[in-house]
Amino acid sequence: MNHLFPNTTQPHTPAIANLSRRGFLGASLGVGAGALVLGVLLPTGFARGQAEGMGAVAPKPGTRVPAFLEINADGTVKLLSPFIEGGQGINTTLAQIVGEELDVDPARFVVECAPPGPDYAIVNGLRLTGGSFSTRSSYAVMRRLGATAREMLIRAAAARLKVQDGELATEDGRVIHASSGRSLAYADLAADALTLKPREDVPLRDPATFRYIRKPVARLDVRDKSTGKAVYAIDQKVDGMLYAAVRHATHFGTEPEGFGNESAVKAMPGVHAVHTLPGAVAVTADSWYRARKAVEALEVRWSKPAPSGLETIAADFSSDGMLAALKSATGKGLSAETEGDTAAAFAKAAKIIGADYDAPYLAHAQLEPPSSIARFNSKGDLEVWLPNQMPELFQAMAAKTAGLQPDRVTIHSPLLGGFFGRHFMYMTANPFPQAILLAKATGRPVKVLWSREEEFLNDALRPLSHSRFRAALDAQGHPTAIEVRTVGEGPIGRWFGAVFKSPLDSSAVEGIIEKPYAIANRGMEFVKVAHPVNIAFWRSVGHSMNDFFYEGFLDEIAEAGGKDPFALRMDLLKDKPRHKALLQAVADLSGGWRRGPYDAPDGNGKGGKRARGVAMASPFGSETATIAEVSIDGGEARVHNLWIAIDPGSIVNPAIVKAQVESAAALGLSSALFEQVVYQDGVRQSSNYDSYPILRRDHMPAVHVRIVESGSPMGGVGEPGLPGVPPAVANAIAAFGNQRIRSLPISKTRLSGV
Amino acid sequence: MITITVNGQSHPVDVEPDTPLLWVLRDTLGMTGTKYGCGIAQCGACTVMIDGQATRSCQTPVDSVADASIVTIEAIERDDIGRKVVEAWVSLQVPQCGYCQSGQVMAATALLKETPKPTDEDIVDAMTNLCRCGTYNAIAAAVRQASA
Repeated sequence: MNHLFPNTTQPHTPAIANLSRRGFLGASLGVGAGALVLGVLLPTGFARGQAEGMGAVAPKPGTRVPAFLEINADGTVKLLSPFIEGGQGINTTLAQIVGEELDVDPARFVVECAPPGPDYAIVNGLRLTGGSFSTRSSYAVMRRLGATAREMLIRAAAARLKVQDGELATEDGRVIHASSGRSLAYADLAADALTLKPREDVPLRDPATFRYIRKPVARLDVRDKSTGKAVYAIDQKVDGMLYAAVRHATHFGTEPEGFGNESAVKAMPGVHAVHTLPGAVAVTADSWYRARKAVEALEVRWSKPAPSGLETIAADFSSDGMLAALKSATGKGLSAETEGDTAAAFAKAAKIIGADYDAPYLAHAQLEPPSSIARFNSKGDLEVWLPNQMPELFQAMAAKTAGLQPDRVTIHSPLLGGFFGRHFMYMTANPFPQAILLAKATGRPVKVLWSREEEFLNDALRPLSHSRFRAALDAQGHPTAIEVRTVGEGPIGRWFGAVFKSPLDSSAVEGIIEKPYAIANRGMEFVKVAHPVNIAFWRSVGHSMNDFFYEGFLDEIAEAGGKDPFALRMDLLKDKPRHKALLQAVADLSGGWRRGPYDAPDGNGKGGKRARGVAMASPFGSETATIAEVSIDGGEARVHNLWIAIDPGSIVNPAIVKAQVESAAALGLSSALFEQVVYQDGVRQSSNYDSYPILRRDHMPAVHVRIVESGSPMGGVGEPGLPGVPPAVANAIAAFGNQRIRSLPISKTRLSGV
Repeated sequence: MITITVNGQSHPVDVEPDTPLLWVLRDTLGMTGTKYGCGIAQCGACTVMIDGQATRSCQTPVDSVADASIVTIEAIERDDIGRKVVEAWVSLQVPQCGYCQSGQVMAATALLKETPKPTDEDIVDAMTNLCRCGTYNAIAAAVRQASA
């Protein structure tokens, strides 16, 4: 579970942060930065959202029909979405949910991201696109919104036709009076309907009659995305704008102190000016390519980093050194989960095993490089176009940067060319403050675009982490106790810690705790060691590595106890019918569990051997069970098949669910096989896709997805397909009998088959 | 001044001769369907057809294509094969975030022009563009459908 909202009924009492310039500039990205981010947010979405229910001024989020719906004369319906579309299909999903109750075919919806406003704070009083929250947080609200709007249209029609409400029905965008054969289009009724007081008790449609929900409705944006017509942040242009290219300090935290060749660079074609920014230099020009050539040509003198230590990224900072620091951390841990008496269980164990696991820093590597446009109008009001997952927060931070009140800042939130957690507020990892500062400096609208190299240099990273496990087994090889010490830092603590205050960072331990297995004695602890690195949410967050740690170690427990890893899991789930059914479902999907190694199906012994690994995960309110089929060739793992059973409780669009699970699985496999951001001498060693390999077509396995709707509360869909993949692959490799992968990526290890 | 022919139309452009075609298309001509992804011909988001060949425009100096016929995603549905590719992309619901898909559609169209009935191996060899959403299987299925 991701506990971004640990208790939805209890009002949070967030701290108002000290909005220091130092904090803003990100010179230090310690605890202060997160406090700052939320401090800025509070005056807008959060506080107002929370005030609701106390007779406050703001509407209850998700209830005011005109804030969400515009019914057009051509029969289309414009839906203003609280969420940002970035490939997860949320625009279509919302159109299905609202369309079902409003009685309009989702195909006629035009869905746009809504501007900032309290109406849209429907994720527990906040507005964000992330945490696999969108559908599950809005399903009930959006159904009610559609039903409420439909009822208002019926009442408007009744008045117009001078009949009783009860004589009217609706049919795909029209109100019908069957007995007289008259009908009215929603568009003709919309103005009247909006003057009516909405009813709060409108009945919802019987799910047995759903026409759009639970159907594989085609996504609304696929044609535009197949013909180059979809418009992303990078494609935006405004009149009179200058293009800016930026070069950040190669050594994060250092500052530009001067130029060697400023006048020569200023004389380059198209160059407007040379600028100094916090931690960066920039050139503005009449085209981005000219700006980039010029900024690359600049000779910059940079300040020196601290020689050593982990407070900042020092001259000798390395990812290996950071991992060593996590492994040797001696601090007392916070209890993340305690059950039974682990000390007693270890004291009488027949066998004790232990292992260290770790996973590296990861980049988001979304295909669209970040960009932003800032434009001030003649009154000094600001308009910003920027990729983001939290419009109100970005509006507030843009206002802070410009020295304006938030109501003088207009935010445009375009389609995201991939996000995976990339576009939350990460301070120095967001380009919009640079666009605002440059627009101020030049008096012109400015578009900042980061080159791919700048993006690899400045992206906020999935944190590197380490967990140390110990397990006690009885004489029958059954686990009686498990202990783990997880060391590191999670993004919730970094960026939302000031609000949630819990010293235990759920994003650091999710996937380690709250596992479904019946191991009677458990002692899970977390030791916080802050990274000097800018850290981020990355698809499935803590689960992206912690389920690899836990499920890998669970296979080690099985091995130590002489048990089959699938059978052990079944045994440990015997009192968990939901999980057991899901594990059985994935076994069935794969043609029945077999670990191997066995001869590849396509050769007469010449296709080599294959083996399978299994893993389970409980991410974001959903449950998954995953089986991977792997061969080893030339020292490398080759994944042939992934079978994934997912139980999100209930669903809206099975085609989108399957697409998201396959997509998450691809990213999980990419991270398991190839990905790591390595620091050496304080500098990231990857600068583009040639030095940060990601999954390519030739490594893409067949992915088989089965959706199980258990009827449990609706869980997330965008992220849950990921966490089971790395451990399933590692466990399959272990089935060859020679290697146990405890450190990712797998490509670091030269593998041997049978 | 260099003149290039894009989608059958001549465009005089006032840029340095070594300017990559990608930036001429996007910033000079305002044709933003062709995407910038990596700038080093790794990802393929910038793929266009030059004389029918799939080409990564981020590493193509504009003066090297002054005499060539350049086709971009903006004209893809004017091409018989391109139209079939787009229909397959839509019918199989290939894109997710969609950012790489202009390049994928161009690469698929160029492949089918050269090899109307590609084998799975042909697809692996020709369709080397990166997709961070992992739509590779859907892309391969759509190429097969478009070739049928």
